[in-house]
Amino acid sequence: MLLKANSLKFAHPDQAAITFPDVQVNSGESLLILGKSGSGKTTLLNLLAGLLKPLEGEVILDSVNLSSISGQKLDLFRGKNIGIVFQKPHLIAALNVCQNLELAHFFSKKTGQEISRLLSDLGIGEKANSSVLTLSEGEAQRVSIARALANSPKLILADEPTSSLDDENTEKVIQLLKTQAAKIGAALIIVTHDQRLKNHVSNFIEVKAS
Amino acid sequence: MNLLKISWKYLTFRPLSTGLNVFLLALGLAIITVLLLIQDQFEKKMNQDAAGIDLVVGAKGSPLQLILSAVYHVDFPTGNINMEDGQKLIKNRLVKKIIPLALGDNFQGFRIVGTNHDYLELYAVEFAVGKPWELPFEVVLGSEIAEKLKLKLGDEFISSHGISVGSHDHDEHNFVVAGVLKQRGNVVDRLILTSIESVWYSHDEEGGEAEVASASDSVTVASDEPIEEAHADHEEGNGDHAKFHTPIAKTGFPVSDQGREVTTLLLQYRNPIAAVQLPRLINSGTSMQAASPSFEMSRLFELLGVGISLLQGLAVVLIVIAGLGIFIALYNSLKERKYDLAILRAIGASRGQLLSLIFLEGLMLTFLGAVLGISLGHIFLWLLVYTSDQNVVSAIQPWIFLKEELWIVAYALGVGVVASIIPAWSAYQTSIAKQLTKA
Repeated sequence: MLLKANSLKFAHPDQAAITFPDVQVNSGESLLILGKSGSGKTTLLNLLAGLLKPLEGEVILDSVNLSSISGQKLDLFRGKNIGIVFQKPHLIAALNVCQNLELAHFFSKKTGQEISRLLSDLGIGEKANSSVLTLSEGEAQRVSIARALANSPKLILADEPTSSLDDENTEKVIQLLKTQAAKIGAALIIVTHDQRLKNHVSNFIEVKAS
Repeated sequence: MNLLKISWKYLTFRPLSTGLNVFLLALGLAIITVLLLIQDQFEKKMNQDAAGIDLVVGAKGSPLQLILSAVYHVDFPTGNINMEDGQKLIKNRLVKKIIPLALGDNFQGFRIVGTNHDYLELYAVEFAVGKPWELPFEVVLGSEIAEKLKLKLGDEFISSHGISVGSHDHDEHNFVVAGVLKQRGNVVDRLILTSIESVWYSHDEEGGEAEVASASDSVTVASDEPIEEAHADHEEGNGDHAKFHTPIAKTGFPVSDQGREVTTLLLQYRNPIAAVQLPRLINSGTSMQAASPSFEMSRLFELLGVGISLLQGLAVVLIVIAGLGIFIALYNSLKERKYDLAILRAIGASRGQLLSLIFLEGLMLTFLGAVLGISLGHIFLWLLVYTSDQNVVSAIQPWIFLKEELWIVAYALGVGVVASIIPAWSAYQTSIAKQLTKA
């Protein structure tokens, strides 16, 4: 088992604690975490990525308990093993497309995938040296996906990647994520409220605010 | 890709704000650089030029003016004194040596100084070519003059009255170049040295004959013309030309059969007691005045000090404003960049790396400012020297780099660190999850 999250509990300041269902996923598998807005599904993603510390429970990725490491080590571990696709692309505007991906290599101290090949795989090869300010929304999202894939992580976390897309583009993005994850043998977890995704990913769990 | 490159990209991403801050800082540092260079070289020069001169004696007037005209050759002389009065001083047991000077003429703005060979010894000059003057109207040129006026051994020229260009010419007798000095980097480089007799005789002739208005104001330089020819012309008109061929006095006062004047006397003390007694003796007991170069120069620096402090204050204000500007720029850009920082953390950057990123930006900004500031300072000084022809400033070397300039860089980097502390700390504290879910 690549990722195991058992009896996770988290409380935002001044709010009641949320208990999350257990999450388990194997390398090469895909998992959908469904939940309504405000159900705490993004919090769960942050817990799985080690961006938040759980109140109770543990996250074990590749037989490393994320709670047991902290600080710089945790940052580096995340950089090496987890690729995150955020709800918005959040590219670094001061850098061009290629440099945005090089960042991932630099900070994770790991050269996963060759950047030019990755970009052409995602259909944005000719944009490598463009400023990220000139990209369309769809292109920017693909760059952010490329950034998550650049280190060949073991786990890919995607936060609402399709919420603003029509059916056709939703399918494209999901297929892209699935094929790319499969190519590097990574597990894929998509956190979303988008019920359409059930058609593409059979494996899912639901988070309910409780 | 590395932290340095990322910082640089962020800086160049906002060229206007970066440029303004760098420029502000550079201006402040440029002023400091100029002050530093001028102060260092000025003081060094002032001390170097006055070395070996304990006391200057001249006509009554401003003591500062006396020093400036007699030692540094920048101001107008206070007037002349009777040579006899000066000769009395040499008998005083407190006086070790007296070098008399006869000033008041120029050639194309360069001052002609009538003196004896002790003056050459005082500044330990070396000859590039030629030898010291031995006959009246033989001159020795400072290196700068020889270079600027393209004069060489054997060339002749006519002096003008006064110490600046544009006065009437002493066209009775040509000066002839007997020697050219090596560059020493002191006041002698810009002087034309000759015997006191030369200065006397060039004035005598005017008195004797009717003043002839010269056809042109420009000075004629007749090169390679043998000096005998010029003399031959005069021999018929004037009877006492024999004195032009009598060797001059090489040390002490020149010999003269009539009451002569000199402009100033440079004195060396025999012992420290002289410093106490001699000035008082001269100032109260004679019609002359005595002034000490070191005392007058420290008085001058005191007077200039107000202006220097004012400039220094301005520089500090500029640097503080630049520091504030850098702080505000970093702080503001950080607000926009909190997402960027969160993303960097999410892809593996540590808090420490983000901290260094912000510090690097501040340091790079200020380093650029320091380099630009020091260059601007030198360029500004060069312009100053370039546009001023013959005063003291022109002797300053704009391309000398001082160790103190490294302190300017360190100082600037310090400003960078201080300006970056708060923004860097704020970057260090950024919570990734909070930042990313705020969208």
